[in-house]
Amino acid sequence: MATKRRAGAALALLVTSALVVAGCNSGGEDEASSEGELYKNPVTLTWWHNAPQDGPGKTYWEKVAKDFSALHPTVKIEIEAIETNQLQRTRIPAALLSNDPPDVFMSWGGGEMVEQVEADYLKDITDQVKTEVANIGSAAEIWQVDGKQYGLPFRMGIEGIWYNKDMFAQAGISAPPTTFDELNAAVTKLKAINVTPIAVGAGDKWPAAHWWYNFALRACSVDTLKKASKDKVFDDPCFVKAGQDLKTFIDTKPFQNNFIATPGQNDPTSANGLLANGKAAMELMGDWNRGTLDNVATDKAKLAKFLGWFPVPAISGSAGDPKAALGGGDGFACSKKAPAECVEFLKYIASPEVQKGYAETGTGLPVVKGAEAGITDPALKSILQATSEASYVQLWLDTAYGSTVGTAMNDGIVGIFSGKGTPEQVVAGMKAAASK
Amino acid sequence: MTSTDQTRFPAGGVSAPPAGRRPAGRPSSRRAETRRKWYEIIGLTTPALVVYVMFVLVPMGFAVYYSLFRWRGVGPPTEYVGFKNYTLAFQDPIFLDALRNNAVIVFGSLLIQGPVALGIALLLNRRFRGRAVFRLLVFVPYVLAEVTVGIMWKLILAEGGTVDALLRSLGLGGLVQAWLADLDVVIWTLLFVLTWKYVGFAIILLLAGLSNVPHELTEAAAIDGASWWQTQRHVTLPLLGPTIRIWMFLSMIGSLQVFDVIWVTSVPAVRSLGASGTMATYMVDNGFFARLWGYGNAVAVILFVISFVAALLFQRFLLRRDIEGAITKGAN
Repeated sequence: MATKRRAGAALALLVTSALVVAGCNSGGEDEASSEGELYKNPVTLTWWHNAPQDGPGKTYWEKVAKDFSALHPTVKIEIEAIETNQLQRTRIPAALLSNDPPDVFMSWGGGEMVEQVEADYLKDITDQVKTEVANIGSAAEIWQVDGKQYGLPFRMGIEGIWYNKDMFAQAGISAPPTTFDELNAAVTKLKAINVTPIAVGAGDKWPAAHWWYNFALRACSVDTLKKASKDKVFDDPCFVKAGQDLKTFIDTKPFQNNFIATPGQNDPTSANGLLANGKAAMELMGDWNRGTLDNVATDKAKLAKFLGWFPVPAISGSAGDPKAALGGGDGFACSKKAPAECVEFLKYIASPEVQKGYAETGTGLPVVKGAEAGITDPALKSILQATSEASYVQLWLDTAYGSTVGTAMNDGIVGIFSGKGTPEQVVAGMKAAASK
Repeated sequence: MTSTDQTRFPAGGVSAPPAGRRPAGRPSSRRAETRRKWYEIIGLTTPALVVYVMFVLVPMGFAVYYSLFRWRGVGPPTEYVGFKNYTLAFQDPIFLDALRNNAVIVFGSLLIQGPVALGIALLLNRRFRGRAVFRLLVFVPYVLAEVTVGIMWKLILAEGGTVDALLRSLGLGGLVQAWLADLDVVIWTLLFVLTWKYVGFAIILLLAGLSNVPHELTEAAAIDGASWWQTQRHVTLPLLGPTIRIWMFLSMIGSLQVFDVIWVTSVPAVRSLGASGTMATYMVDNGFFARLWGYGNAVAVILFVISFVAALLFQRFLLRRDIEGAITKGAN
């Protein structure tokens, strides 16, 4: 009935975003200023980031913008904070199409960045940021396309298993599992004391998909993974093996009931909520989890006491590198026509002082050497150590392969979780999507 | 709408004086009148037309255009693929599932909401203490925002939530289902939420229709010795026909395009398995989240064509009598 108008509005969303293309063909040009006249003319930088909720993250970015303007009075920074999904899926693509994009905006690297570079949307900053890239290390590669730097990260970390130390002690698990055999044994012990071994937010698809990613990381050689990211070719049988291993693992029933409808985070009924409030013993998640667990915990002090972290266990006798890890991060990029001051601002965000302040907010791990001093949480410290020990960090597969293949892959993996899909269907779906 | 004589002239009080009294020697005044009439028509319709063309027709045209391209929303569309996006959609089992889910919602809404709304409307049309309060309560779900309703039911229907607790306390624990997680149950759960949300609208519409039923007729029926049921069946219901048909029309179109309650209440995984998605959620999931903009536009066009054809068929066969003179025939 009257959903008509609202559904109509959603329908119009696709088509009106197209109107943006037709409508806004001005602006941009006049903002450009050449290298020589840096900080001569007043410029305004528009900055889109993904921390719209009130909290340390949002407050910190406000401070960073203010500090930068204080250092360089000719630069004025206008912030717009937008929720991640909206920012990534609709706002940034539509703004880039419009010819009047924001100057500084979020970038997650990977397949999406390749497409943006091919469309000539991004500023090549290779020559200006050599110092910063050296300081960041190999993580900066995620924001590179064909050896050229197009963005700088401010947060980066590998994923692992967050667990409840108290439950592990009760179940008689003496040390965190280092192999999947040990993990399976831990699952059995936890079930024996009537505890849900692992919480997974399969409802949101990606938290479930990350299990498959890790099985792929163990089943595939580093070369195969690198080639898959670059050429979108998934012929290697290791991708089917990943699904088979996942199916075997799901069949041991390590997850909570009805996981197919459990959201990932941000809500007490989510997988985050289950771990944070003592209703499950483990959860596979990235470094940002420290903050999101806090958001849903009823007793934050208790959470801080029982929370631990260990890397994803190795699979003995598999082709993959046992020291390889999955990870990803958040970064910023400058649009093609942004003023030169934009690059200076990126460098400022990646400077050790700003990164140290970011680490102190506790919302994620910093990327620059020297900023670790800001980290106090023991779980985050262990992630930082594991990140530095990782032999190879593979970017989240859905980010690496781009949204189209990534979505098809995640949908296929959810199929395995639901019992309806097969390991072969995941790979078939990925191949079909690559040509869509 | 029944008397075309009264609606022949546009609003604004331009009524022609009886022909006999018009002075025969002044044709210019008649021309001036005609001109004024046209100014009025142009002046009153132009703003609406401009908005309609800009925000309805032009975007539709763009949607059709984009739907012919393989386009990821990066750079202008260049890779023309003809109708490939359309054939891909009809080959995707998840899209066919979405069509089936839309059909369940269309027919489920008509079959459940119709009788329920009619019964409650007839009840609320009788005089009793507290009638105003009941009328208000029945309408409250309809006034609530869709997202609010979605989140509310998501919490109520969660595992171990209010519904489960209620059923268990009534000794009906055996009926407890994974309301939003069981792939065979979720569409019926959503149909229930949609019914709860929109039945109030049907009731208000029917109540308005009921208030137009002339008192004299029900009185006459009563004098003739008809019971309350007989009066409703043979006097009220036939006179309520036009209202019921208009409600059916609105319900059908709304059900075809339903998006927000589904989007909020049902999680992405369950949607992507085809258990709860509709054409509109499928469009957003594929258009924006899988970044298949050309494909998403094709789905938008399919949704539009299905709604349009359904609306035309409905008008042609069921609403014909109600809108006679307004659309089907020009003023005579």
